[in-house]
Amino acid sequence: MSPLIPLFIVIPLAGAFLTMILGRLLPNLNKYLASLILLTLAVLSVYALATTGENPSVYKVGGWEPVNRVPIGIYMVMDGFTVLVLCIINIVGFLSVFYSISYIRRYTSENFFYALFCLMVAGMNGVVLSGDLFNIFVFLEISVISAYALVAFGVEKNELEASFKYQVLGSMASFFILLGIGLIYWKTKTLNIADIREVLKAGSDRPFYIFVQLILLSGFGLKAAVIPFHAWLPDAHSSAPSPISAMLSGVLIKAVGIYVIIRLFFNMFELTENMSVLITTLGTLSMVIGVFLAIGQWDIKRLLAYHSISQMGYVVLSVGMGMIVITRGGAPEIAILAIAGGLFHLVNHAAFKGLLFLNAGAIEYTLGTRDLKEMGGLSRSMPATSATSFIASLSISGIPPFNGFFSKLIIIIAAIMAKFYLLAVLAVIVSIITLASFLKFQRYAFYNREESKIDRKIREVPFPMIFSMVIMSLLCIILSLLAFPGVRDAVLTPAINILTDPLKYSSIILGN
Amino acid sequence: MIVYLLCFLLFLVGLYGVITRRNLIKIAISLSIMEFSTFLLLALVGYTDGGVAPIVDPASPVQKYVDPLPQAMVLTAIVIGLATTAMLMAIIIRLYRKYGTFDIREIKTLKG
Amino acid sequence: MTVIVKKTTQLIAGMVFLYGIYVIIHGHLTPGGGFAGGVILAGSFILLILAFGSDFMHLTKEEAGSTLYENLAILFVVFLAVSGLLLGARIFFLNWLPKGNPGELVSAGVLPLYNIFVGIEVASSILTIFLALVIFKEEISE
Repeated sequence: MSPLIPLFIVIPLAGAFLTMILGRLLPNLNKYLASLILLTLAVLSVYALATTGENPSVYKVGGWEPVNRVPIGIYMVMDGFTVLVLCIINIVGFLSVFYSISYIRRYTSENFFYALFCLMVAGMNGVVLSGDLFNIFVFLEISVISAYALVAFGVEKNELEASFKYQVLGSMASFFILLGIGLIYWKTKTLNIADIREVLKAGSDRPFYIFVQLILLSGFGLKAAVIPFHAWLPDAHSSAPSPISAMLSGVLIKAVGIYVIIRLFFNMFELTENMSVLITTLGTLSMVIGVFLAIGQWDIKRLLAYHSISQMGYVVLSVGMGMIVITRGGAPEIAILAIAGGLFHLVNHAAFKGLLFLNAGAIEYTLGTRDLKEMGGLSRSMPATSATSFIASLSISGIPPFNGFFSKLIIIIAAIMAKFYLLAVLAVIVSIITLASFLKFQRYAFYNREESKIDRKIREVPFPMIFSMVIMSLLCIILSLLAFPGVRDAVLTPAINILTDPLKYSSIILGN
Repeated sequence: MIVYLLCFLLFLVGLYGVITRRNLIKIAISLSIMEFSTFLLLALVGYTDGGVAPIVDPASPVQKYVDPLPQAMVLTAIVIGLATTAMLMAIIIRLYRKYGTFDIREIKTLKG
Repeated sequence: MTVIVKKTTQLIAGMVFLYGIYVIIHGHLTPGGGFAGGVILAGSFILLILAFGSDFMHLTKEEAGSTLYENLAILFVVFLAVSGLLLGARIFFLNWLPKGNPGELVSAGVLPLYNIFVGIEVASSILTIFLALVIFKEEISE
């Protein structure tokens, strides 16, 4: 039981409240304290990625050992999939906090911003680290309530309305999740994920379990913004301050939405063909409808928010394809390839979507507007922003040698090998339309021949913002190395093995 | 069995309230009704026939107790519900200050 | 508020405070514990504010104090949880004080300490929520 695991939750939780106390005494301390805390977490998560590998570690909180081989305590599990998402959360979190050192000067009450940010990171770390169903719910609520407050941070009309819409829909989803947890507890009398898998193998009650699976899919699907439940995302992600938009769109919808769906459907429930087809259909709909809604947008942050829906559709689509291949008894290599493409796209999307939102924030910081029709010719006066934005736009459209190309290529190859030709064609069409949408963004914002209509002195943004954007664009280039076999075996293969091997997860946790 | 169906009916009553009411405060109260129905379902799940309340009496420590785990879950969930309701109320007060009305049909500046 | 309400509140508020402390401290013996006792404790303060009116009670100074208590109490709770990592068997959230006989007031290890700090934290945070909403309402009506 390594003591590293609870530190991921304790450090940001204590740091949030320490920031509240010390921030009132010394004026500039809260920025540097929050940056230091998130830098520590980022280093710890990379260390965990290097040491975990193929052997997951289990932490029993309070030291309660199993009685008659039935787990009675709260378990925290760190395996290959967990540590991948932990790295995304902490590294993108550190870059966002560093960016907000100079961005947050436009707002008041900075104390609360850093405290809420650390609480949100603590909640997300808790969701990915827990091996217990109710613990997922508690940490999910912690992170999501902090996100409600951060969306409404600058209290103007747009932001309050967006936060209200987000809160009502998010609360309804949380109650669906709690209802699902109650119904599972009724039938299985246990809350540990591995133990529920053991109990579900014994008997079955088909209509009841389909009902519970649908309720949990609806609840977590709303947090992940798949298509029938996407109505809150464009308003919330476009009205938030830019580092918070980068965290919400780059990390939150993955850590509390897609991660939990993948974990529950692979490691807790038995895979059935109907649910796999349903998940793949939802992914395809998200992918197509998201990109068609994004073409006509002239507000840069709304454009990026709709593209988030579309790219998350790619991830759900490829994971669903993997599920269908496993349940129909097809070749396991195709399933592993599909899931690998999905997880690789998850990591890539965090990098380039975070970078795009930070760029949009830099444009808003200097010009004061978000409308594409009012900008122009920024590539001469803001060279760093325009270069990083160019790299990010090429990544999201899938142009080699950046990381988006490799992950989309793996997804399309997996679709062709599994004989889903319609899905492969749709993926290629959506990728072309994404390229068109981002070419429009680049042309109107940066490479327009006429100057922008705002008469302000346009200079480059301050140093912390440039630092974060440049590091993230370097990540976009480095992450394309994950497609090569050596690096892939160290990072992605442990995650895929723990998901697709039906006995490995429960045997390791219950056997310890 | 019929008790669980009644809890689910209460959940649907709350859902109807969130969807059809126009006043912001009534939406918040309907959300609270939805969450209380979930707590009722959780607390009822732990019932065993002939059980007593799960407090250990030193005189007779071995008895048939009701399941205490759902009760702990409901306590935690009540605290979370309080935080959510407080957050919603703060946003509603600020919305009233900006727009001057509680009617949700007037609050429509974000479109597209 | 009228004289009757003010006089009754002056007599009752102290007893409500004492009842809240009783529920917190006996949390490991009877139902209640940290959260329920904390809410009762906050209730006594809110009763005073409602009866005597807000300008009488100098509310902005109250809010600074209650926020400070809330943060300090949470830091103590986290410190108690981490102290299991530093002493004894090095497990998070371990119960490391000696457990006495069941049914006595001083027993069950670390649990009464958790109850007390969680009670202070919940009372301060509910008071902070109430004060934040009341102070904001005052700023509108000026």
